[in-house]
Amino acid sequence: MKSIIHQLDKAFENRIRLGLMSVLSVNEWMEFNELKTLLEVTDGNLASHISALDKKGFVETRKRFVGKKPNTSFRITEVGRISFQNHLNTLETLLKRGV
Amino acid sequence: MEENQVTLDTLKDIKSMMERSSRFISLSGLSGVFSGTLALVGAYLAHWKTNQGPWIKRAQDTDFGTGEIISIDWSVVWFLAIDAILVFSLSLLVAYFFSRKKAIKKGQPLWGNYSRQFLLNLSLPLLTGGVFCVILFYHGLIGLIAPASLIFYGLALLNGGKFSFEEISYLGMSEIVLGFAGLLLKGQGLLFWALGFGVLHIVYGILMYWRHDR
Repeated sequence: MKSIIHQLDKAFENRIRLGLMSVLSVNEWMEFNELKTLLEVTDGNLASHISALDKKGFVETRKRFVGKKPNTSFRITEVGRISFQNHLNTLETLLKRGV
Repeated sequence: MEENQVTLDTLKDIKSMMERSSRFISLSGLSGVFSGTLALVGAYLAHWKTNQGPWIKRAQDTDFGTGEIISIDWSVVWFLAIDAILVFSLSLLVAYFFSRKKAIKKGQPLWGNYSRQFLLNLSLPLLTGGVFCVILFYHGLIGLIAPASLIFYGLALLNGGKFSFEEISYLGMSEIVLGFAGLLLKGQGLLFWALGFGVLHIVYGILMYWRHDR
């Protein structure tokens, strides 16, 4: 059997990205600030991880104005959902085999 | 082996992240115990006030307390209304206080997508039920108010329960069953109200405290 490790998506290796995908997989649109508090990261850090996931097509961005304040929200895409689910399945398989 | 532990921790992290971001897990079981006790005190006061003498006169008496009203002692009505409002607002205050404490402990900010969803889904059926009960009163159907409030409260919990612990949904179903029982058994409205808002809150509060708060 080929090493299953190769099936793990590199995009999810980082803890923050994993956290982002976890949160977005169970919530519809999430605001930037809310993600920041949940994941306990800085603005720059969060932005760079989101843009990495965005480049892969795993998340989509919505920018709009609430009153006069700009408001940015994110949502998981269908591709993102499938990739994340595959990643979770692989992790579970790894765990079962490794006993 | 080491590798295994890392994978397990990662999966646990993911699960906790999903839970912390989508469910209002800061709701405290203790607040259920307190609001249940308050409801029992409130129900006792209502029982005491309405048993001090005849306060309502109807054209003909029905077992349900639904006949056309000829005269009503408004001081009793106001007493009951203030009693209910006090129980309700003190319960909210206690729930807020304990949840804030638990939120700090659990590291879940009190105000987030989850709590907004929880409150919104809870308050819409609750508001509907409130208006419905006021209209019941307007038509003199006073005996139906207690079971109706149980049913609407149950529906509200069932609706909001999706965004909090599963016990909330079960509590909701229990309230609905009690509401139906109150509709079927005549003249026992206050008793079922005390069971639903008092005893059930205490029982589920203890259960939730035991399962999630310790």
